[in-house]
Amino acid sequence: MSPQPVDALVIGAGPAGARAALRAQACGLDVLLVDENHDAGGQVWRPIPPGFARAPSGATSPEARDGDALRAELRRASVRCLFGHKLWNIGTNLRADLIGPEGSVSWQPRALIVATGTTERVVPFPGWTLPGVIGLAAATILLKSQNMLPGHRTVVAGAGPLLLAVATGILKAGGEVAAVLDLASPGDWLRTLPSLASRPDLLWQGLQWQARLRAAGVPVLYRHGIRSVEAAGSGLEVRTQRVDADGQPTVDATAPVFAADAVTVGHGLVPGTDITRLLRARHRYAVELGGWVAEADADGRTSVAGLYVAGDGAGIAGAAAAGAHGELAALACAHDLGRLDATTHARERDRLQSSWRRSARFGHAMGSLMALRDGAVAGIAPDTVVCRCEDVTRAEIDAAARDGARDMNQLKAWTRCGMGPCQGRSCGDVAGALLALHVGSREAAGCFTGRAPLRPVSLAEVAGEYTYADIPIPKAAPL
Amino acid sequence: MYDAIVVGGGVMGCSTALHLARGGMHVAVVDRGALCREASGVNAGTLTLHMTRAALVPYAMRAWQMWMDADKWLGMGVLATHVPGLTLAFTEAECELVELRAAARRAQGAPIEVITPERARQIEPGLHPGLLKAGYCEIDGFASAYLTGRAFGHALKRAGVDVIENAPVEAIDSGDASHVVRFAGGREPLRAKRVVLAGGVWIEPMLAWLGVDIPIKVLVNQLIVTERIRPVMRSVLSVANGLLSLKQFANGTVLIGGGWQGEGDRERGGVEARPQNLVGNMRLAAYAVPALAEARIARIWLGLEAETADALPIIGDVPGVANAYVIGSAHSGYTSGPFMGRIMAQHILGQTPDLPLFEPTRLVGMTMPGA
Repeated sequence: MSPQPVDALVIGAGPAGARAALRAQACGLDVLLVDENHDAGGQVWRPIPPGFARAPSGATSPEARDGDALRAELRRASVRCLFGHKLWNIGTNLRADLIGPEGSVSWQPRALIVATGTTERVVPFPGWTLPGVIGLAAATILLKSQNMLPGHRTVVAGAGPLLLAVATGILKAGGEVAAVLDLASPGDWLRTLPSLASRPDLLWQGLQWQARLRAAGVPVLYRHGIRSVEAAGSGLEVRTQRVDADGQPTVDATAPVFAADAVTVGHGLVPGTDITRLLRARHRYAVELGGWVAEADADGRTSVAGLYVAGDGAGIAGAAAAGAHGELAALACAHDLGRLDATTHARERDRLQSSWRRSARFGHAMGSLMALRDGAVAGIAPDTVVCRCEDVTRAEIDAAARDGARDMNQLKAWTRCGMGPCQGRSCGDVAGALLALHVGSREAAGCFTGRAPLRPVSLAEVAGEYTYADIPIPKAAPL
Repeated sequence: MYDAIVVGGGVMGCSTALHLARGGMHVAVVDRGALCREASGVNAGTLTLHMTRAALVPYAMRAWQMWMDADKWLGMGVLATHVPGLTLAFTEAECELVELRAAARRAQGAPIEVITPERARQIEPGLHPGLLKAGYCEIDGFASAYLTGRAFGHALKRAGVDVIENAPVEAIDSGDASHVVRFAGGREPLRAKRVVLAGGVWIEPMLAWLGVDIPIKVLVNQLIVTERIRPVMRSVLSVANGLLSLKQFANGTVLIGGGWQGEGDRERGGVEARPQNLVGNMRLAAYAVPALAEARIARIWLGLEAETADALPIIGDVPGVANAYVIGSAHSGYTSGPFMGRIMAQHILGQTPDLPLFEPTRLVGMTMPGA
């Protein structure tokens, strides 16, 4: 079946993608908004799955409100949406191959706006792959979309604003928080205050969260991380450790041990670059933006013609900035496709860019709290699994580097690190940091070459219905 | 001054360098990228006689044994695994093709027989019920090609070979007594008494450095690997005309290849898969072993394969240039690569090769069929 034409295909219906689609359509472009979830909202404004009701406590949350408003706006504007579709391949001509309930479909856009958000980073420790240990962002999905607790008694650990959000979310939903372990110090948080000046609402929310934890008597341990998690009876034993400003564990026998039945842990967010790497766009490493990002101008234009990036996937700047970023990409796209004159573009662009700058200040401050800390990477114990799909340990990564693997692709070949179903989305950032310890820099280590499929698809899904006669077997190889 | 510089760090180049070093020479391998990251590291790892050109069967049989013994002579293995191989026929025309091709390879020493579907299913119970006939060879198997660079890197280091990676050569100046290998990017040139061009599909531009014009065709082969799944097969499978290779590794992943073509060329490398060829290759795989339909694809990639005008290898002296050699372009070159490197080295060391080389002179001025 030949691909169906469309002006702009927007991938990801979070704040960046949804606003990009709305804006592009308002500019007169024929738009298609694609997401693998059943409705718009992305991770931050996650839609409630069919058959679930929103918890009473969640009904009034600002995120639920913003998400509902966005979904209503998309419907009012009749933006064409393709939800529940898995995008598994993109051609160099930007052709998008998807698998949906009706099988295989392809679209041929003139422009592609990638707004695929981020993947959670976990700096591994012994026991991070045990059942009951999940990501902080994963916990927000449980809480937001299904009002489910990760466990009865949860240790919340890692870095960044999700710590407080998840800990208070657990309390609100009736769970117990054994402790909050924060890699940052109170001083690190204080340094983000100036950026909060523009967002009194978020400052107020943060203070409320802290008050709630205090009222519940939850211990909050700054400059602490998880040393190990072990199965203990029917629960988990969480050993903690003090860390220095760089995230490096310090020797201290007094760090407490907690009993729990769940751990939620996350060390920040990594921009999703699967699509831009697949399309061989130029990338750069920017620790403050979360890791490798596609090189892009302020309007999201990448080094590949017709390919735009927007939102946190282009570099962590937060949900509030993502909308403006999406609109900027949509305007650039409309302008580049000849649907928006230069004067109007320039006017709208200036307005959106100042709005983006205001919102991004807060997002960047949070991003700095979540940035990968060198000491945390250096402190990973040798026998700790780094690539959980393929069970590759730090010691195996170090050994391959010593044997002469000087870049991420050779490391992948020699150890299978990043070869599993997640395609390195989970381990790639930390594995890159580990290899960089041997080769000098993240730039020298590089990143995994992007490969299809972007999401695992079955042979049956791609092959469809057929008989032997339908297989176009090429002519025989020479004998 | 090196005794020999090998340009191109794939299987052919690494094996040549290793055997030269073991023959007493001071050797360097240079590559524009990392060791075995092109065809030698990204191919399907099939160690079969079913897909080898008939004339290369004696070479492939010797190389097969070298791969199986890799941990002995390289000091590190590539997970080479000995399993039986089957070539499947689902139509009358394919039955004829299986008979014809089995006979031609048998004449060259491959122990291939044609068997009934019942017997084929005893070997491989999961085969499609529509099978009519199969070619069967006890000598077959596979390796994990991605480990090739690590194993050769290990062996080269121990043999004292200098491995110089990320060093793109831009020219070779050849005098009577020595060659000067010049690099892009300001790296100091290197001198050697001999040069060996082992650049896979890039042999054509490499020969042009020495003023020799031999066309080399570039095939862009698509490869597909699944996630780990339950055991669904235990042999190496191909189809009558060679356009499928299928095997399940010990880790549960199933690799689907066979040479379906993607987009790409010598300059850009592999660019992207062709959707209709992905669908075709997957259909053929899931037809041969129906249980594969449930498997999820983990990764799709491309590898470049070289082919000369007569589709036979180019292994021997560079025409008209003293002390310059070329090795490559063998069909199923991964399978026979280690042995090809050995006979190249034997020739350079002044010994009689175990089997004859493939004289490059025959290809000078020859045009590609269909070009």
